[in-house]
Amino acid sequence: MKTRKIKHILAATFILTMAACGGGESAPAGPPGASGAAAGGAGKSTAKLFTAADITMGDIDQGMVDKGRGIYDMKCQACHSLGANRVVGPGFKGILERRKPEWIMNMILNIDAMLETDDEAQRLLEECLVRMPNQGLSKSDGRDVLEYMRTL
Amino acid sequence: MNKSFKITGIVIGFSAMAFLMMNSPGCRPGTTRTAVTGDAASRVYVAPGTHDEFYNFVSGGFSGQLAIYGLPSGRLLREVPVFSVDPESGYGFSEETKPMLTTSHGFIPWDDSHHPELSMTNAVPDGRWCFINGNNTPRIALIDLGTFRTHSMIEIPHSAGNHSSPFATPNTEYVVAGTRFSVPVGSEAERDVPINTYKENFKGSVSFIKPEPETGKMSIAFQILTPPVNFDLARTGKGASDGWFFFSCYNTEKAYSLLEVNASQRDKDFIMAVNWKLAEQLAKEGKGKRAPGKHYSNWLNEHTHTVESTIYEDVLQLDYREHPGLLYFMPCPKSPHGCDVNPTGEYIVGSGKLAALLPVFSFKKIQEAIASKDFEGDFVGIPVLKYESVLHGEVKKPGLGPLHTEFDANGNAYTSFFVSSEIVKWNVEKLEVLDRVPTYYSIGHLMVPGGNSAKPWGKYVVAYNKITKDRYLPTGPELTQSAQLYSIDGDKMELLLDFPTTGEPHYAQAAPADLIKPREVKFFRIEDNHHPWVAKGEKESGIERRGRNVHIKMTTIRSHFTPDNVEGVQLGDTVYFHVTNLEQDWDVPHGFAIKGAANAELLIMPGETATLKWVPTKVGVVPFYCTDFCSALHQEMQGYLRVSPRGSSVPLKAYTVSVDAEL
Repeated sequence: MKTRKIKHILAATFILTMAACGGGESAPAGPPGASGAAAGGAGKSTAKLFTAADITMGDIDQGMVDKGRGIYDMKCQACHSLGANRVVGPGFKGILERRKPEWIMNMILNIDAMLETDDEAQRLLEECLVRMPNQGLSKSDGRDVLEYMRTL
Repeated sequence: MNKSFKITGIVIGFSAMAFLMMNSPGCRPGTTRTAVTGDAASRVYVAPGTHDEFYNFVSGGFSGQLAIYGLPSGRLLREVPVFSVDPESGYGFSEETKPMLTTSHGFIPWDDSHHPELSMTNAVPDGRWCFINGNNTPRIALIDLGTFRTHSMIEIPHSAGNHSSPFATPNTEYVVAGTRFSVPVGSEAERDVPINTYKENFKGSVSFIKPEPETGKMSIAFQILTPPVNFDLARTGKGASDGWFFFSCYNTEKAYSLLEVNASQRDKDFIMAVNWKLAEQLAKEGKGKRAPGKHYSNWLNEHTHTVESTIYEDVLQLDYREHPGLLYFMPCPKSPHGCDVNPTGEYIVGSGKLAALLPVFSFKKIQEAIASKDFEGDFVGIPVLKYESVLHGEVKKPGLGPLHTEFDANGNAYTSFFVSSEIVKWNVEKLEVLDRVPTYYSIGHLMVPGGNSAKPWGKYVVAYNKITKDRYLPTGPELTQSAQLYSIDGDKMELLLDFPTTGEPHYAQAAPADLIKPREVKFFRIEDNHHPWVAKGEKESGIERRGRNVHIKMTTIRSHFTPDNVEGVQLGDTVYFHVTNLEQDWDVPHGFAIKGAANAELLIMPGETATLKWVPTKVGVVPFYCTDFCSALHQEMQGYLRVSPRGSSVPLKAYTVSVDAEL
């Protein structure tokens, strides 16, 4: 059930009207033609955002860290340095000192909703001038990346 | 003086045209104003942000492509490159796609495409694939409607002018390819014969091509050799006539020169009926012979994003003379184009381009005539059925120059008339003309959504016209071709819309958007990319020298390339840019272009890898950049490659300077 819910959120984020990423399953109907990422977010996103209660963090899980590093290398590193400086998006060094875990998860997985509702996300867009790409991560992928970030 | 002369000339020209139009039969309402009803605009209006109801797949004719329009708006949504190279996408230019256009004649970057055909399940379009023919260098292509890309292509041996294709059997077991030109076949000595030995040495062929249901790879299951006639169009039987195939043919005179006259001598040519279930059985039983006939079958490996070729050296042939019962001829007046089967499969409508009537044949009567050997003779060994015995009836004086017929779900047929420029609606059972509307001008094929299938969706008929004089703003001596959309919801056909088309829109298919939209691929999963030169992340980017070839594994993402600095390339090297787009988001392709490229650019879809071959010609630093606008920093998406003289000691390296490095 949980997985299905996440898929729903992703689908709504990704493109409001159409089928979910690659899978061909139907997403809830939204305004036709409203494209999220490329066109600049024409429609209002109704995606549910993660809250602190959705994320539990215990001791560092090395298995998750390793998976998170692999995902970072493939899908994040092109735009985010592990250092302090911005490439396209901000550098990751010390990110958990600046950002709450749920905010990071939402930026990875619910970017359209964040750009509509979150002032800090909007401020970052004004600074970076490139919308955070939807890299097709699942919730557990996002969580693995977060775990990797905890070690930076 | 000069000026007024010119003006007079123009006025005379226009009056002559108006006079002709007013007086030619079937072209009575001379202007759009009188032809369009008041609410036409609202009936084709698709509001911003909303989608059309139908996808319309329209042949690109001599452009060699397939164009996709929305109906009822007539908006052009995409041109899919099929038989012609396409600089916009790099199709036919990238190393991955070049094999798609490779044939036994070498690389053929153009063709003349005619007839789109949607794949079928139970004789109804299933929205999975669209086939189209290359008429010039005989080929059939399969376009995947998940990606709207050409997925596979097969060359047809022993064929010359692949006109009567590709038409699909009810479950897409086969699509057919009938040769337009009969030609001598066989060994080199058998092919090198005087043209005036046509009657003795020339042969026709129809090929049955099998697309593998899972992979879409195509092969020729069998080929039937026929007498030397010219095949024009074809239709599968379905329902009552399932298991049979019908091909219209002309030049039963066996002329080989000035066919305009010499192939129009007989009052009747033929529709050839093929018992394809029998042919399939004979082929399976090993009754055919393998004949030499080298041909390519090319298909896109979705895991490597690369086209692969299988080269066949021969083809299985069935000779009609050895297999009685395989082929029959039905006389059909005169030079038939369309031979169209109605939704029940009982009736076959012949459209003789030079005939003043429309013959409708009955499948039941055809079977009875075959059973009782009710033949009027034979044609080069093939039994010819008696015209009167197989005829359901004729539509008398329907118009001039009938070409092609499609059907609605209510027992009506719609036939295009080239010479009288009109669409005529008539009842198939009763053979009565019900309505006629003019087209602007010289209609070829027409199309009803699903109108060639067992369950037409009806609603519209679209005319695909050869001429558009006075319909659009003039653009020099050449004008765009045109399509016209008519409503067929009511008793009377109503013109709703004109829209321009590219190439010559020979034929088309349409299917409801809901059948196709859910299949759309949004991006390729980077995890599933098994291209030999993929870089799954910037860390895997790099450079490698293999002799005089330099391979660069490069990545793209909004808004940079990695690497964006390359040095150590020398004159005399050939450089291969293997570019992987790391994006995983719908509609974020990146382009790659480099100064002096002799081929084209690349357009790389999210998660895809594509390769551009580049041969430097000068020493110096050469820029490359992204061609497809991707973000506010798109203009900054660029890089440099340094070319040194041959034998230079500059070390080979490719790098991107880290933002954390001291600049």
